[in-house]
Amino acid sequence: MTAPASAPSAPSFWLRARKQKRFAFGMGLTLLVVAFALFAPFFAPYGENETAGPPYSPDGFFGTDYIGQDVLSRLMYGGVGVLVVAVLATVLGMVLGVLIGVVAAYAGGWWDEIIMRLNDVLLAFPQILLALVVLTAVQNPAPWVIVLLIGVSHAPRVARLARGVALGIVSRDFVAAAEALGEKRSRVIMAEVLPNMVGPLLAEAGLRLTYSIAVVAGLGFLGFAADPGAANWGQMIYENGLGLATQPWAVLAPVLMIAVFTIATNLMADGLAQLSQKEDSR
Amino acid sequence: MTQVAILPDPLKEVAPPRGRSGGAAWAIWLLRRLGLAVLTLWLVSVLVFVATAALGDPVRAILGRDYDSNPGRVAQLEEQLNADDGLISRYLSWLGGLLTGDPGTSLANQQPVWGQISANVVNTLVLVLLAAAVMIPLAFGIAMISAHYRRRRPDTVIQTILLALAGVPEFVTGILLVALFSTSVFNIFPAVTIATPGGRPWDNLDGMVLPVATLVLAVTPHVSRIVRASLLEVLDSDYVELARLKGIPESVVMRKHALLNAIVPGIQVIALQLAWLAGGVVLVETLFSYPGIGRQLVDSVRNHDVPMVQALTIIIAAVYIVVNLVADLLSVLLTPRARTAISS
Repeated sequence: MTAPASAPSAPSFWLRARKQKRFAFGMGLTLLVVAFALFAPFFAPYGENETAGPPYSPDGFFGTDYIGQDVLSRLMYGGVGVLVVAVLATVLGMVLGVLIGVVAAYAGGWWDEIIMRLNDVLLAFPQILLALVVLTAVQNPAPWVIVLLIGVSHAPRVARLARGVALGIVSRDFVAAAEALGEKRSRVIMAEVLPNMVGPLLAEAGLRLTYSIAVVAGLGFLGFAADPGAANWGQMIYENGLGLATQPWAVLAPVLMIAVFTIATNLMADGLAQLSQKEDSR
Repeated sequence: MTQVAILPDPLKEVAPPRGRSGGAAWAIWLLRRLGLAVLTLWLVSVLVFVATAALGDPVRAILGRDYDSNPGRVAQLEEQLNADDGLISRYLSWLGGLLTGDPGTSLANQQPVWGQISANVVNTLVLVLLAAAVMIPLAFGIAMISAHYRRRRPDTVIQTILLALAGVPEFVTGILLVALFSTSVFNIFPAVTIATPGGRPWDNLDGMVLPVATLVLAVTPHVSRIVRASLLEVLDSDYVELARLKGIPESVVMRKHALLNAIVPGIQVIALQLAWLAGGVVLVETLFSYPGIGRQLVDSVRNHDVPMVQALTIIIAAVYIVVNLVADLLSVLLTPRARTAISS
């Protein structure tokens, strides 16, 4: 793993990013979905929990769901919850993971060994499993519990990558120079090491966002949504699953939204990864 | 939700012990690796126990609103969970039970945990192995086609499709397959696996098609992308150039030179995906009502059935650790550089 030669200077980075087709397309699509999630509630024809007709009837654009709520309106309300939890969990996972990884790489020796061994223990849990285990003993999880669980399940995976990237940087001359000048350790990490990791970390954040959406939606699909009454794309699949044959749109509409959202963020992440690799080879 | 992080280099684990004969060096390497696996598994058990028994109050979660109105049931459950004992003694007796093959009694139906799990473990293993058996040749085939047309139209099309598939959560793919093949468009395969009591899910093979297909679609993109990348690396190397200059046909170059070198990275990513499948089956089994440990785990979490969740989680984590161990071992055995590093 090689590190970029210098911190990507912001303007040129975005200039090149726009030329990268995959990134541009993914970013554009992501922004569309985010805009839909944030602004669609203002245009919804019915309220979030308003009854629009008999259950599974074809009334309205997408018909009605299992208790007669308008599917289109539920779809319009259901994005915010997924989006907010996924973004917060991604941020938490990135911060924790980068902290663990960089400290392990910078400290080296025994600290590195111990931290990474403990990291391996967390890695033995598939992400959704970690959330499920804790939900066993918790009744009616609050939204922040879900954010915390998903964020923590990201951390070991981010940490492994961050450590790999940081190892390539901590041995370089400018870090040694900063240490020789007597800079504090925290300052060396913040001012010298982290700015040089931006490229790969951005790509990782995009990937983590994709997985966050998948886990949030997955938990909703299993019936463990944070707020059972509120509309939520994952939860909608769980609620209307039985009606798939009679009223397919009640399931397919949220499914397609999740699919488009994850495809978009994944394309964006891959574009970012290619950009940061190009930067490496310059 | 699959993971393709940077693959750990198995060769890094190999600290070449010098001055010993080959056999002893191998034994030491293997013991060290096994020791690490056992250590990890033990820490996993601590984590699972803390997460289920110490973070929340399982009795309160099980009874919900009845907690305040039904003190008799509270006392009964607390006795079953030995809530009066200290955490450490509870952990030790649970660990002792695990090691002697008795992971406790289910809170939901008062039956021994192991008796309820054992058949489902086999069902899940069959599902995962079937998916792997389809996925491995498929992923290598796609990678070879893609590498053959490298950076030309067919390659970019394949890569874009794979990338899109890689992002989509497995249960979303599964629901789309159900809509396509069993309800809305065609009506070919059943949407759920039906297992008669005492029977096995594969008694009715039709019901296996969609669950296996979903898992295959979830893991193939990741494996295929890694294998293609290592194929390309080899195809661009000097010795392949020499082979081409000698007049060896491209198909032979692909099979003999490129493919053999892509096997080790292939094993690593396949192991990662198999390990992921152990957890990924949770959503897919629930979707198709497949009688495996994934669906059982979800049901147990809904019932707050702590002993069941503990046992199932340990099994899934153990699968992950064992798969990784085997993959490291295979990688070392198949890489001459690593073999000699250990024994010389």
